[in-house]
Amino acid sequence: MLKDYDITIGLEVHAQLDTETKIFCSCSTEFGAEPNTHTCPVCLGMPGVLPVLNKQAVEYAIKAGLALNCEITDFSKFDRKNYFYPDLPKAYQISQFDLPLCEEGYIDVMTDEESVRIGINRIHMEEDAGKLIHAQGGESLVDYNRGGTPLIEIVTEPDITSPIQATAYLKKLKNILEYLEVSDCNMAEGSLRCDANISLKPKGQSELGVKTELKNMNSFKAIEKALTYEIKRQRKLLKEGGKVVQETRTWDDEVEKTFSMRSKEEAHDYRYFPEPDLVPLEVDEAWLQEIKEEIPELPKARRERFVNELGLPEYDAEVLTDSKSIADFFEAVLEEYDDPKTVSNWMMGDMLRLLNEEELEIEEIKIEPVELAQMLKLMDDGTISSKIAKTVFEEMFNTGKKPETIVEEKGLKQISDSSELEGIIEEVLAENQSAVEDYQAGNENVIGFLVGQTMQATQGKANPQLVNEILRKKLAD
Amino acid sequence: MKVMKIDETMVEKVAMLSRLELSSSEKEQMTEQLNDILEYADELNELETEDIEPTAHALPIKNVFREDKVGESLARKDALKNAPQKEAGSFKVPQIIETDE
Amino acid sequence: MEIYELTAHQLHEKLKAGEVSAQEIVKGLYQRIEDVEDDVKAYITLTKERALEQAKKVDQQLADGEEIGALAGIPIALKDNMCTEGIKTTCASEILHNFKPPYNATVVEKLEEAETVLLGKTNLDEFAMGSSTENSAFFTTKNPWDLDKVPGGSSGGSAAAVAAGEAVLAIGSDTGGSIRQPASLCGVVGMKPTYGFVSRYGLIAFASSLDQIGPFSKDVSDCALALNYICGHDPRDSTSAEREVPDFTESLVDDASGMKIGVPKELMDEGIEAETREAVKKAIAKFEELGAVCEEVSLPHSEYALSAYYLIAPAEASSNLARYDGVRYGHRSPEGQGLLDMFTKTRSEGFGDEVKRRIMLGTYALSSGYYDDYYLKAQKVRTLIKEDFAKAFAEYDLLLSPTSPFTAFGVGEKTDSDDLLQMYISDLCTVPANLAGIPGISIPCGFDSQGLPIGLQLLGDYFAEEKLIQAAYTFEQNTDFHQQRTEI
Repeated sequence: MLKDYDITIGLEVHAQLDTETKIFCSCSTEFGAEPNTHTCPVCLGMPGVLPVLNKQAVEYAIKAGLALNCEITDFSKFDRKNYFYPDLPKAYQISQFDLPLCEEGYIDVMTDEESVRIGINRIHMEEDAGKLIHAQGGESLVDYNRGGTPLIEIVTEPDITSPIQATAYLKKLKNILEYLEVSDCNMAEGSLRCDANISLKPKGQSELGVKTELKNMNSFKAIEKALTYEIKRQRKLLKEGGKVVQETRTWDDEVEKTFSMRSKEEAHDYRYFPEPDLVPLEVDEAWLQEIKEEIPELPKARRERFVNELGLPEYDAEVLTDSKSIADFFEAVLEEYDDPKTVSNWMMGDMLRLLNEEELEIEEIKIEPVELAQMLKLMDDGTISSKIAKTVFEEMFNTGKKPETIVEEKGLKQISDSSELEGIIEEVLAENQSAVEDYQAGNENVIGFLVGQTMQATQGKANPQLVNEILRKKLAD
Repeated sequence: MKVMKIDETMVEKVAMLSRLELSSSEKEQMTEQLNDILEYADELNELETEDIEPTAHALPIKNVFREDKVGESLARKDALKNAPQKEAGSFKVPQIIETDE
Repeated sequence: MEIYELTAHQLHEKLKAGEVSAQEIVKGLYQRIEDVEDDVKAYITLTKERALEQAKKVDQQLADGEEIGALAGIPIALKDNMCTEGIKTTCASEILHNFKPPYNATVVEKLEEAETVLLGKTNLDEFAMGSSTENSAFFTTKNPWDLDKVPGGSSGGSAAAVAAGEAVLAIGSDTGGSIRQPASLCGVVGMKPTYGFVSRYGLIAFASSLDQIGPFSKDVSDCALALNYICGHDPRDSTSAEREVPDFTESLVDDASGMKIGVPKELMDEGIEAETREAVKKAIAKFEELGAVCEEVSLPHSEYALSAYYLIAPAEASSNLARYDGVRYGHRSPEGQGLLDMFTKTRSEGFGDEVKRRIMLGTYALSSGYYDDYYLKAQKVRTLIKEDFAKAFAEYDLLLSPTSPFTAFGVGEKTDSDDLLQMYISDLCTVPANLAGIPGISIPCGFDSQGLPIGLQLLGDYFAEEKLIQAAYTFEQNTDFHQQRTEI
């Protein structure tokens, strides 16, 4: 929030739909294949070939529209957006111009205890472009594998008023799309991309200021930083009496600045017109109903269920459902170990901490849900102590080994044999005579110290309850 | 003097959008020719079309789809066979000097 | 009679009777090509070796006593804007002079399934833009009836090949008359089916919402046979009609009694050359004599069709031809300094004048600030033209008109760059059918005083090809214009 200016941000998010095949041909959409191995005459834009629409892509787009509270238009069509670039094989992109598939939706976003509704202007379908790789000598190499991957473009209203709101919106959007399983939303692989329009206007002025369009932000962090930078830049300009130029600016993650890409001069005239090679799309009530029934439980409903049915605190439910994969992991553990709060504690505590430290995503974790359940069972049956469990968990996290294997290999099994413990405890007592005297003088608190000493002597393997019992007995003697 | 529908400046702009290069004599001729055609097409303005729906397709076909099943892609050598320049399994293009798009 | 003079159905009978082999037929055709091609110049590419192989296969089947299809072993020619796997497909353009598609057009697959024998790829106006084949980047095809005249266009190579006996059947494409007009000028039968009846997959697009593939033949029976094999739904073309293909040969019935035929007065006015008008009037009299009822009808918006067409077709073309950028296939200028320069030089070198003109016109018609006035306006007029036809077909089975306002004109006669409309006017009578998407056929109906063929156009409602065939067949059975052959 600025004192002197209002910030207006609109976001355009491109999400690749997680279909098997491209939007207009039957080539695979698999990521990371050798260049130009997933191409055919259609997605290479060869002469005379024609597009045929992937039904699954349409259904995914409609699902997204429904989950984002949009109206699904009963009549929409495709249009050609004409411009030349080597990554665009037909020199036009098949997109939707004046009749997009979804309109007028919204997402409610929480920031600083405050709920804000971000309007969604439209969601339309289009095809992705190929990739340009810069080669030696300044030339470029074109790989059309990505060309023709189905995209939805989700365009917000200019409702966003801060970079924090922008990232909160994006996280929420990503979460919903993941829950729907319509996009894998992998920002690193480019399956979720975001452009932003941003302008400032003096407080009280109704008319919007001149906006710039920001591109090339490849993480939530980058988006927040780029918007923050751009607010500063525009504010400085305006304060000094200068003017913001309407232009596209690219974010440079290295130097953390935006740079002008080009001026939006007359060269931009996309000459949209109805795609004559594709027929209109009509979504009737019956089809819409079918798709509605396929929509899985969304984050909000899942959160409520975690609270109401599993008895989790609100906070736990919020954190766990924040990512579909984490919530899925959580529920998979519950299948084997039916104590939601304990599982939640482990996941929210050690697991998320370790993921954070290692900068890993839940998808990359080496621990299987069933293994976490097994570890918890080992604790319950006294095979390991809760202290040792932390060690075991870290080892599982680092190596992916089964908990039993780790306990075995490292000899971490809890000592629950009284006679073995008695010997150790006697040694401890002998070494800590003054503590023994304190206890006998009536300071029962030293028992904790003595338990600690015993645990240390057994590298944490002693059964703490048993140690406690034996100690008390011996001290009473 | 008759009013030009399209002047040379506009012809230049359209040529740029079309990625065509015209010599000055070509530009002059193109301007004249386009004016002739556009003047002829002016007769369309005799028709009142305010409430008429445009026709984009001859037949009233809608909702044509394919199933989301992977089919055969081209062998890469066939994809690249007609390429004027190729390298490392990719189509090779000259340096992007301009920042026009 | 020589082999090259025979029709497909005649050759089929001879094949079945063992009077001739498929290889003899194809050799007969290549002999004819050798004899006259230097004069006619119908072909861009000949595929002799492949053709002999195909013919051999048919002969083997015959030797094995197998039933063969009606077009098996029949030599055909294909307009060079339809993709043939591994065979050069140029669109008569420098920009595709070396393009060998790694795929076949659907129509090519269908013709292969029918076991026809592909003789070669025929000349056309570059990217099918023109009415004379003079816009071919390679050479002009000549009219076999008079080698100083054009064969019409854009499928001039296909029309001339059939007229000169250089092919038994030929396939062309019709965006604004490009099958019917050259058929008329070359004195053969040419048909544009309903839009969507023949798959466009692999047909190099000129104007996608107007383009349609169709056959050229020596008579209506062969036209019906060809339709049997090339029509039908194709899942690779979203605009393709899901419709059963009837056996069109069942419509080869000599009976016009009770047919109601409308004659649009707008297509019979003074814009039509007098001799052509006279021949068409005689044809009307003939139909009446055969029991049809012919009445004058009005298509009030047809006079605007040409204007609408010359905005819509270039607009779509400007986008369809944008892919020729020197990146993936075709010509690339060696001169370019950087990407933008490569794009503009490649396209400027690769496209001919007419193509450039239409790209420019279409780009302009779609550009911001002009879209509503030109492209959108034209699309609205297109609706009015469709409605005219709907009204007419509510009352009439068919409509009848000249195919072309004039007979074959001299090479170079209408290429004056100061008066382009001279050439564009060739499409006057044919363009309305493309805008509406309805089928049309051109059949020979007479000769002018120079001995040049005159064509009669019959138009039908959507998917009324059977009615068209029956009417055309009836006319043909009761006249002998289709039996006239060139003296070349």
